[in-house]
Amino acid sequence: MVALLQNPFKANGRKIKINDLNLKIGGEAGFGIMASGLIFAKAVNRAGLSTFGYVEYPSLVRGGHNTYQIKVTSKPYFAPEKQVDLLIALNKNTVDVDGANLGPFSGVIFNDEEFKLESSEFEKKNVFLYPVPLEKIATEVGGGKLVVNTVALGAALALVGLDFQYLSSVLTNTFRQKGEQVVNLNIKSARGGYDYVREKYADHFSFKLEKLDGPPKFVMSGNEAIALGAIAAGCKMYVSYPMTPSSSILHYLADHQLKADMIVKHCADEIEAIDMAIGGSFAGVRTAVGTSGGGFALMAESYGLAGILETPLVVINVQRPGPATGMPTWTGQPDLDFVMYAGQDEFPKIIIAPGDPAGAFYGTAQAFNLAAEYQTTVMILSDKFLGESIYGTEEFDTNKIKIEEGGILSESELLNTENYKRYEFTETGVSPRSLPGQKSGKYVANSYEHDEFGFVSEDPDNRVSMMTKRMKKLVTASNGLPGPTLYGEVEAKITLVGWGSSKGPILKALDLLKQEGISANFLHFVYISPFPIEATAKILSSAKKTLICEGNYTGQLARLIREKTGIEIKRGLLKFDGRPFYPEEIAKAAKEAV
Amino acid sequence: MEAHDFETGHKPTWCPGCGNYGIWQSLKNAFVKLNTSQEEIVVVYGIGCHGNMANFLNVYGVGSLHGRSIPVACGVKMANHRLKVVVIVGDGDTYGEGVNHLLSAARGNHDITVIVHNNEIYGLTTGQASPTSEKGTKTKSTPLGVIEEPLNPLATAIISGASFVSRGFAGDTDALRDLICAGIEHSGFSLIDVLQPCLTFEKVHNFDFLREKIYKLEKAEKDKEAAIKKTFEWSEKIPVGVFYQEEKPAFTDQLPQLKEDTLVEKPLKDIKIDELLKEFI
Ligand SMILES: Cc1ncc(C[n+]2csc(CCOP(=O)(O)OP(=O)(O)O)c2C)c(N)n1
Ligand SMILES: [Mg+2]
Repeated sequence: MVALLQNPFKANGRKIKINDLNLKIGGEAGFGIMASGLIFAKAVNRAGLSTFGYVEYPSLVRGGHNTYQIKVTSKPYFAPEKQVDLLIALNKNTVDVDGANLGPFSGVIFNDEEFKLESSEFEKKNVFLYPVPLEKIATEVGGGKLVVNTVALGAALALVGLDFQYLSSVLTNTFRQKGEQVVNLNIKSARGGYDYVREKYADHFSFKLEKLDGPPKFVMSGNEAIALGAIAAGCKMYVSYPMTPSSSILHYLADHQLKADMIVKHCADEIEAIDMAIGGSFAGVRTAVGTSGGGFALMAESYGLAGILETPLVVINVQRPGPATGMPTWTGQPDLDFVMYAGQDEFPKIIIAPGDPAGAFYGTAQAFNLAAEYQTTVMILSDKFLGESIYGTEEFDTNKIKIEEGGILSESELLNTENYKRYEFTETGVSPRSLPGQKSGKYVANSYEHDEFGFVSEDPDNRVSMMTKRMKKLVTASNGLPGPTLYGEVEAKITLVGWGSSKGPILKALDLLKQEGISANFLHFVYISPFPIEATAKILSSAKKTLICEGNYTGQLARLIREKTGIEIKRGLLKFDGRPFYPEEIAKAAKEAV
Repeated sequence: MEAHDFETGHKPTWCPGCGNYGIWQSLKNAFVKLNTSQEEIVVVYGIGCHGNMANFLNVYGVGSLHGRSIPVACGVKMANHRLKVVVIVGDGDTYGEGVNHLLSAARGNHDITVIVHNNEIYGLTTGQASPTSEKGTKTKSTPLGVIEEPLNPLATAIISGASFVSRGFAGDTDALRDLICAGIEHSGFSLIDVLQPCLTFEKVHNFDFLREKIYKLEKAEKDKEAAIKKTFEWSEKIPVGVFYQEEKPAFTDQLPQLKEDTLVEKPLKDIKIDELLKEFI
């Protein structure tokens, strides 16, 4: 009997591993895998531990294989890990798919009344089976199949030795809206799994989680951080058409629109969405649209419209692999080229690619200010990995967000302005703005090239001045925006280069390299347009060796760096398989390069 | 206010005798009659000959994209529902390139007044067939004759939920002015399809032809089926006036967020998200 086994670590004279666990839950789509992952992450978060959750699912509503993996650590660790320490297998397929990733002294929670596993097979690899009659317990408490996942969560919590209250309090919060009965049912289910494991496998498992004290953290996805950043920055109109993996921004904002006192509109298509947003922005409201690459392709014409009308606009693109429909529920960084050059002709575009929820929160808030200040488009370029992974993140400080309304004139200023010119040629390229409804501020925001008043003009001199005025805004903006961030020691054998969401995995790769005595640093790009030419050239020209890590086929950032600085990054870890970067593979590529 | 207060001083660039002059005149007169001030009006223009009005009309304006004026106008209205929002568009613009926006704005009963300069042709791009060109029409892009049947815009608007559906004639500026006033005063989505002769590229439906055929509808139908039936009347006699009208709440009337104030008036200072953050623990 398993229960009679001695603890394997103790048996081998080794210590129990504390506060370092990679848990994976797998099962069929439609059986609450996503919800369970989030609940477990919140439970360990309440115990003061740090969490990172990465979800994989096919583009299906039912069937198919869904997994949620949660890395639990004492310090932040925002990267997925291949090796699994505890597998909750809600079906046999989970073991077939992930069995090979089980590490030494790992465990598998599964229902042996549903399928059998040969324990001797597993023990050969030092993997231990913890069968739990999940469905039987679920049925006994009166929940049936629907709460099987909750029973398993209780079982897992007992196995890692955390107090039950961390789970029950999260269940209470999660199901409160559905009524007391649902709350009680879930708590009873979890308790059933918890007690079963406590009785049967007490202290057997080699990985333990222990409560830590520290500042409260929030378990949040990148998409949620973007939504909160938008609310905090005074976004009053969010217009969108659902497209994975951006939809949870729409869902979150739609659900909270009354609390946030804003309008959230699901439009008939993406073209309608962006045009409605432009209308709202023209009338003076902070607006944003959100989509993924395909939807943004539809928006491209109006992207240019915002550019020439000089209406502020925040566009959120949560990337997925393409072209066309591509791989809706998977990740990648394939749209950098596209968003850099989208739209007709040239106009000033600001592009921000945050690396984690904190970056997404503050970056989105800043995007609204930049859009207002420079009266142009600002894109938040995220991806499925950042958008849908959950991060245990520090509390956000809303005092850091100062709303800058940009040069909107007051009515009295307008009345005192003779011959008000909405598109006046200025040093900075930014012209004074008025809003409809204001006296003496009338103008036409014209899609045609126009003169300083907004009236159509095809005069060559005017064209040159107006084009120059618009493009100047990007130069003005570049003075106030930070360059790329260098992590790690300045003197290093190799400099890893990346942008956006690969921040977590690359930072972790630096740790792995350090453990092996290899000094590496990491140049992370968040502000991509206007491109920080000088700062980049300064760092990269003195780098000994460089390696680009990007989620696309051709190395789009590497090409951009070469275009802007003349510096060529010859080595690349380019990934376009839909999967995120794993620290191990980055470290391996770096090792091969030095 | 007088009509010339609504002029920018830029001289219209339309061909002599173009129906667009009549629509421009009627619109200015409607603004005068409604006693509106220049700054409370926003006109959103499509791209086409009609859209050149952006340079001639002295109010807040957006010269948008070909086919995309309607969603821009809806956005303006959602942001500040105290503004009067008028849309100046073409038949190619609204019944072809951006026809989906016509459907969704009608379905949402957005309180905007859409005036379609329907000349049954693409004027600005020098005379190609439009969605309202009759079957068989030979144009530069359809030298063998148009194969498609023309769109029935009024019926399309009615079945989509528009609450004010009408047709005007650019050759009767008094009647058109009154129709535009009625459209702007109507709370909800108003469509005014205007028969607009294009003397350069569409020689059939000229002023004389239309003057002979049109007759004025007595009153708007309240029954959709009866109204739709009327919209199919298009041969010996062509009806103008309001085909269908219905009182129902406009889009912005149904948003609890806008009960107290407009969206643009919402304060941006001291926004707190602490309550929202509690969900993430
Ligand atoms: C996306 C796009 N496609 C095509 C055009 C070219 N274009 C400009 S106006 C127009 C047709 C105009 O016809 P209509 O809307 O009936 O306006 P009219 O000139 O008759 O008033 C076309 C095809 C454009 N400006 N934008
Ligand atoms: Mg036309």
